[in-house]
Amino acid sequence: MRLSGKDILGIKELSTDEINLIIETAESFKEVLERDIKKVPTLRGKTIVNLFYEPSTRTRISFELAGKRMSADVINIAPSISSIVKGESLIDTVKNIESMNSDFIILRHSAAGAPYLISKVLKSSVINAGDGSHEHPTQALLDILTIKEKKGGTQGLDVAIIGDISHSRVARSNIYGLTKLGAKVRVSGPPTMIPWGIEKLGVKVFYKMEDALKDVDVIMMLRIQLERQEKGLFPTIREYAKLYCLTPERVKLAREDVIIMHPGPINRGVEISPEVSDGSYSVILEQVTNGLAVRMAVLYLLSGEAE
Amino acid sequence: MKKEKEETNIKNSSLITHRSSLLIKGGRVIDPSSNLDEITDILIENGKITKIGKIQDSTLKQVQGKTQSSGLRDLDVIDAKGKVVVPGLIDMHVHLREPGYEYKETIKTGTEAARAGGFTVVCCMPNTNPVNDSRSVTEFILDRTIKEGSTDVYPIGAISKGLKGEELSEMADLVEAGCVAFSDDGKSVMDSELMRRAMEYAIALGVPIISHCEDTNLSKGGVMNEGFVSTELGLQGIPDSAEEVIISRDLLLAEITGVKLHIAHVSTKGSVRLIKEAKERGIGVTAETCPHYFLLTDNEVRGYDSDAKVNPPLRTEEDIEAIKQGLKDGTIDVIATDHAPHNIAEKLVEFDYAPFGIVGLETALSLSLKLVEWGVLTINELIEKMTANPARILGLKKGILNVGSDADVTIIDMNQKVTVDPMKFRSKGRNTPFKGAKLKGLPIITILRGKT
Repeated sequence: MRLSGKDILGIKELSTDEINLIIETAESFKEVLERDIKKVPTLRGKTIVNLFYEPSTRTRISFELAGKRMSADVINIAPSISSIVKGESLIDTVKNIESMNSDFIILRHSAAGAPYLISKVLKSSVINAGDGSHEHPTQALLDILTIKEKKGGTQGLDVAIIGDISHSRVARSNIYGLTKLGAKVRVSGPPTMIPWGIEKLGVKVFYKMEDALKDVDVIMMLRIQLERQEKGLFPTIREYAKLYCLTPERVKLAREDVIIMHPGPINRGVEISPEVSDGSYSVILEQVTNGLAVRMAVLYLLSGEAE
Repeated sequence: MKKEKEETNIKNSSLITHRSSLLIKGGRVIDPSSNLDEITDILIENGKITKIGKIQDSTLKQVQGKTQSSGLRDLDVIDAKGKVVVPGLIDMHVHLREPGYEYKETIKTGTEAARAGGFTVVCCMPNTNPVNDSRSVTEFILDRTIKEGSTDVYPIGAISKGLKGEELSEMADLVEAGCVAFSDDGKSVMDSELMRRAMEYAIALGVPIISHCEDTNLSKGGVMNEGFVSTELGLQGIPDSAEEVIISRDLLLAEITGVKLHIAHVSTKGSVRLIKEAKERGIGVTAETCPHYFLLTDNEVRGYDSDAKVNPPLRTEEDIEAIKQGLKDGTIDVIATDHAPHNIAEKLVEFDYAPFGIVGLETALSLSLKLVEWGVLTINELIEKMTANPARILGLKKGILNVGSDADVTIIDMNQKVTVDPMKFRSKGRNTPFKGAKLKGLPIITILRGKT
C-alpha cells in the first residue's frame, strides 16, 4: 500500500485507504517519538523546504521537527527575508528552490489553490500546509489520529465543528476526512459564516450552537479571525462570544465523554473559555503532539522509502 | 451629428479601399437584415457591394473589361460553393489594451486577431491607460487603426473621467471625435446619480450607455461564482445578486430617462429574467452575452485554472440554460466576446492574484456555432446577433449585405474542424479556458471593404 500521488494537496483527493494508511503510519512513528533517542535515519540526504507565506508556529515547527527527527535537511523560508519581498513570483521562487534539489516543498499560503499551482511545475513532493480558506490536510489528519486514539475510531461519531466555516481550511479538510471515515459532521456558526451549499458535503448546518452540541462525541472549535469583524460578518466580538463561545455550560449539552479540540492559536474567552480549553475534556495539546507524528508519516510515505 | 460621425469613421478607417473587383461565387449568402438566405453571388467593386444575385457571364465580362481598361488587376473570384457568406462580424465588446498596456495587446495584434476570427468591426472599451475619456485618446486609437489596424475600430468612451465614477467625461466631444457609445466597462458606475446623469446626457448625443453591472460591495474580494464550487475550493464568491442589483437599478434609470441602455456580458438567470421583463414593459434595453457564459460553468475553476477567472464569473448549468433561452427568445440581442487579453505571466500566479479575463476574438464564431448545432439558434439568428443587431444598437451602417454598402464579408466553412491552440493566436493573449477544445466551423476569409 502506498499513496497514489507525489503530493498531498487536500484530503478531498485522498481515498479512505490512503487516510487510514497515513494514520496507521503515524501511530508507529509515535512510538519513535517516545524513545530516548528520537531520531531515525529514514530521510537522510533528503531536503525539505518549509515555504511559509503566512505566519505559523505549530505547523512550521511541526514539519521542521518531523524532518529533523528523520534526519532530513530542513530549510525554512520566510517571505520577509527572501526575494519574495522583491516581487519574485511564487512559481519562480519554487523553481529556484527546486534547482537546489529539494525533495519536499511544504507550502503555507494565503491564496487557495497555491499548492496546486506549484505542484504542476515541480518534481518535488508538495505538501499543503494550509492554503487560504481551502484545505489544511495535515491538520485534519492529526485531528483524525487524535479522535481515533480517544474514541477508538471515527465510525458513527457525532462531531460538531463550530465557528467561521466559510473561511476555515481546517473545517473543510475535517469535513472531507471525517465524512469519508464514517463520522456524522455538524457545523455551526452565524449564517454570515456558513458557506453556500455546505450541506452538499454531507454535513448538517445549525445556526444555534446549542442545537449543534447536543449529544456530540467531539467538539471542534475554530479560531475566529478578529479581522472578520471589520468585514461585517459579525457585529462585535462580545456578541460573537455570547452566541458561539464554548463555555462549561454549553459543554454539558454534549455527551459526557466528549473531547474538545482546537487547531490553535486560541482566542481565550472568544471562541473558547479558559476553563474549557484547559479543562479535562480538552485534547488540544495532544493534537499538537500528534501533529508531529502525522507529518513524519506523510513525509515518509511520500519519500518512497515505504516501498 | 450622427451621420457625420459615421462618415468620419469610414473615412478614417484602417484600410484603403481595394480598387479592383471581387466575385464571391456560389455561396449560401445570409444577410439577416434583409432576410436573405440563398445560394447566390456577390460582386464587389471599389470596396462596395455592387450586385447580389446570380452574376451572368456577360456581367462578368463587363466588369473584367472595366478593371482591365483602368489598368487594375483582373477580377478575383472566390469559389464559395458549400460555404456560408455573411456580413463581416461585429464585436461590440473588446479590450484592445492600447494605449498603456501594449504588453497585453495592441491595436495591431487585437485587430489581426479579430480579422482572423471573422470580424471586420470591433468596438474597444475605454479602460486603457490613459483612459479613453478625452478626444486625444479617441483620436490616437483611430489614428493607430488607420496605420496598423486590420479591422475597423469604433471606440467606446468612458462614462466618467478616469473611470473613477465621480464626474462625467466630455461625452459630446468624444462623440464628435468618433466614440459610438459610453461605458465604464471593467468598473461599475456605483453612484446612481452619476449614472442617471450620464443616461440623460447620452440621449442628446443619440448614443447608448453600455453598463457593466456589478455591485462592487457585493462582489468585493470575490474571484469566482458564489456557489457550491466556491465553497469547496475555498475561494471568495461573487453572488448573482452583484450583477442583478445593478441591472435592476439601470433598468429603472433607463425607464425614467429613456436612454438606449445596453447591458454588457449577461451571466445569470436572474439577469435574463429582469431584462426580459423590462423589454416586455417597453424599456429601451438591449443585452449581450459571451460564448463562455453559454458554454462553461464554474466547474472550470476546479484545479484553480486562472484562465477560467473572468468577470462576471462563469456560473452554473441553470444560468447557461437561461442564457440559451434568452438568446432564443430575443432577450439577448448580441453575442460579443469581452476579449480581455493578459500577459501569460500575469495569469500564471495564485488564482486570487490573477487578473480577470478571457480572450475571445479567435474562438467566438466557432464556439457560437454550437448554438446552431444544438438547435438553440438558426444560423441566420446567430449571424444577426453578431452583425445586424450590434450595428443597429450602435447606429453603424455595418453588418449588412446591401448593394452600395461597404463590402465587409465573412466566409465561413461550416464543416472545418479546429482544435483551439492558444499558441497559434494572433492575439498576444493566450488566456482561454477553451484551450484544446475541438470545434467545428471556422471563418476562412474575412473581407474588409473588398480586400481579403
